[in-house]
Amino acid sequence: MSTLRASWRQLVRYPSAVVGIMLILALVGIALYAIITIPYSEAIRLWRGGEEVWGESPRTAQPVWTQLFSSTKKPETIVLRSSDETAQKTVEQVSDDSKLVLLTFPFDYDYDGFPQEITIFFTATYQEKMPFASMSWKTPDGREIRLGQIAVHRAETYRLALDERLVRRLQGVLPQQALLADPAAATPTALKGTYQLLIDGTTFEAGSTLDAKAVLYGQVHGLAGTDYQRRDLMVALLWGTPIALSFGLLAALGTSLVTMLIAAFGVWFGGWIDELIQRVTEVNMVLPFLPILIMVGTFYSRSIWAILMVVIALSIFGAAIKTYRAIFLQVKEAPYIEAARAYGASDWRIVVRYLVPRIIPVLIPTLISGIPTFVFLEASLALLGLGDPVLPTWGKVIDDARSQGALFNQQYYWMLEPAVLLMVAGLAFAMVGFALDRIFNPRLREV
Amino acid sequence: MSEATRPAVKKRAPSTLGRVARYVAVRMVVLFVTVVVGVYLTILIANMGGHVDKIRKAEIRVGIATFVALDPQVRQMPPEARNELISDLIAVEEHRLGLDQPFLVRSVGFLQNALTLNLGRADQLTSDSGSKLVRNIILERLPPTLLLMATSNLLLFFVSLFFGLSLARHYGSWLDRVVIALSPTSAGPAWFYGLILIVIFAGMLGVLPWGGMVSAPPPDNKLTYALSLAEHLVLPIGAWMMSAIFQTAFGWRTFFLIFSMEDYVEMARAKGLSKQAVERGYILRPTLPNIITRFALMLIGLWAGAILLETVFNWPGLGRLFYQAIGLYDTPVIVGNTVIYAYLLALTVFLLDFIYALVDPRVRVGS
Repeated sequence: MSTLRASWRQLVRYPSAVVGIMLILALVGIALYAIITIPYSEAIRLWRGGEEVWGESPRTAQPVWTQLFSSTKKPETIVLRSSDETAQKTVEQVSDDSKLVLLTFPFDYDYDGFPQEITIFFTATYQEKMPFASMSWKTPDGREIRLGQIAVHRAETYRLALDERLVRRLQGVLPQQALLADPAAATPTALKGTYQLLIDGTTFEAGSTLDAKAVLYGQVHGLAGTDYQRRDLMVALLWGTPIALSFGLLAALGTSLVTMLIAAFGVWFGGWIDELIQRVTEVNMVLPFLPILIMVGTFYSRSIWAILMVVIALSIFGAAIKTYRAIFLQVKEAPYIEAARAYGASDWRIVVRYLVPRIIPVLIPTLISGIPTFVFLEASLALLGLGDPVLPTWGKVIDDARSQGALFNQQYYWMLEPAVLLMVAGLAFAMVGFALDRIFNPRLREV
Repeated sequence: MSEATRPAVKKRAPSTLGRVARYVAVRMVVLFVTVVVGVYLTILIANMGGHVDKIRKAEIRVGIATFVALDPQVRQMPPEARNELISDLIAVEEHRLGLDQPFLVRSVGFLQNALTLNLGRADQLTSDSGSKLVRNIILERLPPTLLLMATSNLLLFFVSLFFGLSLARHYGSWLDRVVIALSPTSAGPAWFYGLILIVIFAGMLGVLPWGGMVSAPPPDNKLTYALSLAEHLVLPIGAWMMSAIFQTAFGWRTFFLIFSMEDYVEMARAKGLSKQAVERGYILRPTLPNIITRFALMLIGLWAGAILLETVFNWPGLGRLFYQAIGLYDTPVIVGNTVIYAYLLALTVFLLDFIYALVDPRVRVGS
C-alpha cells in the first residue's frame, strides 16, 4: 500500500502524467454520462434508427459552434407542429360530412442562409375518403406563393423540392431558396422576418382529421452536427467513449495478465512447457496480425467483443512474453524463492505470490501504454469496414465520413470530431504510461 | 535468438565447425517447422476451416443451373435428363477445381504448394495486366509498396537514429525536452495522421493530392511522372514519420544514454580519449547488434505492407491487395502473401544469429 502511495506521489510530479490523468478522468466522466443518459439498447436503437428517429434533423449539418468562426448566421432546423402554441388550427363544419381545416404556422426567420430542404409531414385519419390539402406560403413582404395540392394518406410526406410543378413555377429555383429569398436582391439572400405556412385542408368524412408538421431543415445542428443519415453525431461521440475505453482496457489487461502468467508458469516449470511456449510464440510471430483480424471480421463475426477475444488470443504470445521470461529467469534464482520452496510452498503459490508480483513494475507501464494501441486498433478495423455492425464507435464515424466523401465536401467536423477524441484518449494513456515507465524503470529515471 | 544472446559459458567445445553445423541444422529445422505451422494455420483460417469450399460449391451450382436454363436445347429435355446433366456438369466442374476431395486432403495440398512457392492461380483477383497467376499479381503490387514503405521506413530509421544520437549528445537541451514531451503522440497510428494531413493539405489548403500514386492521366514524360510520384509520396511518408519519429528518436536517445553510462565508457573518458573516439568505439560499437536487429525487423515489416496507410491513401500496393483478397475470399492470394512473409521472417531470424556473432565477439553461435 505504501509503495503504491509512493509511486503515486512520484507520478504526480510529472506534469504530463497529471494532464494525462485528468484527460482519462474526463473521458471516464463522459463514458459514465453516456451510459447513464443513453442506455445500451437505446444507443443501438438511435444509431440504427432511420427516418422515424431522425426525421427532424438535417443531413450532414455542421455543429452549431462552427458559427463562432463566421460572420453569417446559418439557419438551424425549424420544426412547426400543429400542436404548437404559435400554430393556429381552425376547423369549420361545412356539411354533415365535410370539414374545412385551416392550419396556420407563423414563424420567424432570422438567418442568413437558406434551409437545406423543406418537408411537410401530414397525418390523417379517415375510413375511405382521403382528406385533401392545399398549401401556400406568405412572405414577410406580403407575397403569397402557392405550393402544392395533395390528397393525404394516413401518413403523407410532401417534399417541396421534389414537387416538379412547384419548382417550374419558381423558375427552376429550388423552393427552400425561392420561398425565403429577397426578390429585390441580385444574389440570393434570405429575407428576414415572419413567414407563414398556410395549409388549407378539407376532410370528407365524419371523424376524419388532418394534422401537419413542417420541417425547415437547417444547415447547423446540435453540438456535434449530423451525418449523411441525419443521425446526431453526439450519440456516437458519447457512446464511442465507453466502448473505446473498455475495448482498450480489456484488451490491454487481458493480454498483459495472461502473457505474464504464461511466462511465469513456463519459467517455473521449465522443460517442455517452456519450450512449447517459446515455439508457439515464434509461430505467432509468423502469423500476420492485422490480416488475421480482418479475416475473422470478414468470415466469422464482426461483433466487437468477438474481435476483442481474437485480439487478446493473438497478442498473448507476442514479443512481451520474451521480456517477461527474461525477468522471471532472473527472479527464479533469487534466495527468497528458494526459501519458499524450502518451507514447502506449492507451485501455484510460488508463481502467483512470489514470481508475479516482481514483474508488476514492468507490467503496469506496459499495460497503460498498450491501451492506445487497442483503442486505435478498433478504429483501424472500423476504417476497413469491419466495425461492429450495431454499436456506434468513433472509428465507424471516421469510416462513414471517409466513405461518404466528407473531406471532398468540406465536412471536416464529421471526421475531426471522432479523430480528436481518439487522439485525446490515445495521448492521455500514453502520457501516463510514459511517466510510469520512467518511475518503475530505474534505468530510465536517470536519463 | 535468446540462446545466442545469452553470455557464453566458458566450456570447452568439441570443435567449432561441428558445433556451428549442429546449431545451423537445429535452427533451420525449428524455423521451418514454425513456418509450416504458421502457414497451415493461415490456410485453415483463410478457408474458414473448409467453409469457403461450400461457398464455392454453391456458386458452381448456381452458375451451372443458370447456364443450363438459358440453353434452348436443354429446355426441351425431360426433367430427369436435365437434372442428370446439371449434376454431371457440377461434378466435372468440382473435379476440375479439386472440390470433390475432402478439405483436409486439399489443405495438405495447399500447404505443399505454398511451401514450394507454387502459388497457383487466384480465384477472383486478376492483375492489371490480366494475369490470374498469384505470382504475377503479387509482383505487380510489390513495386508501389516497396516504393512507399521502403522510402518511409528507411527515412524513419536513419532520421530517428541520428536524431536520437544527437539528442543523446545534447542531453537535457530544450530540443531533448520537446521530443520527450512529444513522444506520447506516437500513440496514434500512421493512417490516423494520414487522415489529419489529408484534411489539412489536400482539403483545406489544396496543395497536395488526396491520394493515389500518380495524377490521372499519368504523365508521359519521365521527369513529370517522377515529380507526380514524389508529390503523391509526401503525405503518406509524412504520416508515417509523424506517427513514429518522436518515440523512435526518444527510444534511440535513451538507449544511447544508457550505454554511455556504462563503467567502461567512464574508463575510456578517464583515459583521456577524444569524444569522438569514445562515441565510436565505446558507445556505438556495443549497440551495433541492436541497431542491426531493428534494421532487419524493419526490413521484414516492409513486406507486410501497411494495409491501413495504403487504404487511406488509395495506394495500389500489397497491403490493399491483401485486404481486397480477404474481401473476395481469395485464399490463394492470402496464403501466397503470408507464406512469402513467413519465409522472409524466418530467413531474417536465421541470419540475425550469425550477424550477431560477427558484430558481437561476446556471442558465439550455438554455444
